[in-house]
Amino acid sequence: MKTVFVTVGTTRFDELIESVTSSEVAQVLKARGYERLVLQVGNGSFVPDAASCAHLSVQAYRFKESIAEDMRQADLVISHAGAGSCLEALGAGRPLLVVVNDKLMDNHQLELARQLHMDHHLLYCTCSTLTETLKNMDLSVLQPFPPGRPEHFANFLDKALGVK
Amino acid sequence: MMLLLGVVFALSLTALLFFLRLYFVVKSGSNQLPGARGHVAVLVVAGSGGHTTEIMRLMESLSAAYTPRHYVIADTDKMSEDKIVAFESSEPQSHSNLQFTINRIPRSREVHQSWSSSVVSTLNALRYSLPLLFRLRPDMVLCNGPGTCVPLCIAGLLLGILGMKKVHIVYVESICRVQTLSLTGRILYLLSDYFFVQWCSLRDKYPKAIFLGRLV
Repeated sequence: MKTVFVTVGTTRFDELIESVTSSEVAQVLKARGYERLVLQVGNGSFVPDAASCAHLSVQAYRFKESIAEDMRQADLVISHAGAGSCLEALGAGRPLLVVVNDKLMDNHQLELARQLHMDHHLLYCTCSTLTETLKNMDLSVLQPFPPGRPEHFANFLDKALGVK
Repeated sequence: MMLLLGVVFALSLTALLFFLRLYFVVKSGSNQLPGARGHVAVLVVAGSGGHTTEIMRLMESLSAAYTPRHYVIADTDKMSEDKIVAFESSEPQSHSNLQFTINRIPRSREVHQSWSSSVVSTLNALRYSLPLLFRLRPDMVLCNGPGTCVPLCIAGLLLGILGMKKVHIVYVESICRVQTLSLTGRILYLLSDYFFVQWCSLRDKYPKAIFLGRLV
């Protein structure tokens, strides 16, 4: 079953949860072949129930010990712009759409999402453009996100500190 | 009057000598590298959440020569200890029989804390950091952003100033920082021996920074 996983991390982002479960977005998702919506809503005040979308099966929870399994099973991840959530989705190799909370003041978390968008690792929109973005998105333009190279750090330190 | 002048003169002379010594400690490396002895004692400052995840990836990459490993965590942080214990117990046999310690100190700056109260709590944290550094005498302090690392790095510098031990200060700015350094990063840029950034845009702004691509 093609699944969309929505995650807001430890924040609250009711506007995203409301947009993504609106009938407008649900129809677009259905049209693109998605059948199941799993939502991690964090500290938000809105927790959708299973019957909240006519077209999709919906599951919502606030927090889990690990969301790795939900990430792995997703065919599309929709996330807030938090660095932890972005890196986890990209590390799991999932197509990622980041929805920026434009009600929040600009914070440094956006830096990373913006850069990763410029490097074609993720798609990027706001709640007001979510429907359009989902309708027109082309996931094939996304570039894989290679893992970092901590061994470069280790080699540098070995030389600097004289470790043989 | 003469006494007062004398005291002022003595104090300014002490301050001048202190800053001269600080300058030379920060500027110069040590003559003997710690790796030449075969092992490097590391003090690792774990932050919380993403900071801890990043620094544990860096620790995984270091060889068994980096031992013992002393982890410092803020006393309000519950998650980091689990991550550290999980990492140390997953190490291969050659690593696991080498010792590691976990040390708790007061957090110096909670998120959204005001600047002035940050200064007070950083000074407070220095009271704990100094004895810790003097006791552990690491060859290297590795940190990546939590406010806790500032008093620890200052304590490490003091060890060098007092001529007790050259402590190499290694700072790795978080991957989250693409265009601007964190507050801790801006401070440690001045104090660290090796300052790593993970995006070339930061290397362009901060010429002393080392850029080897994305590390974590």
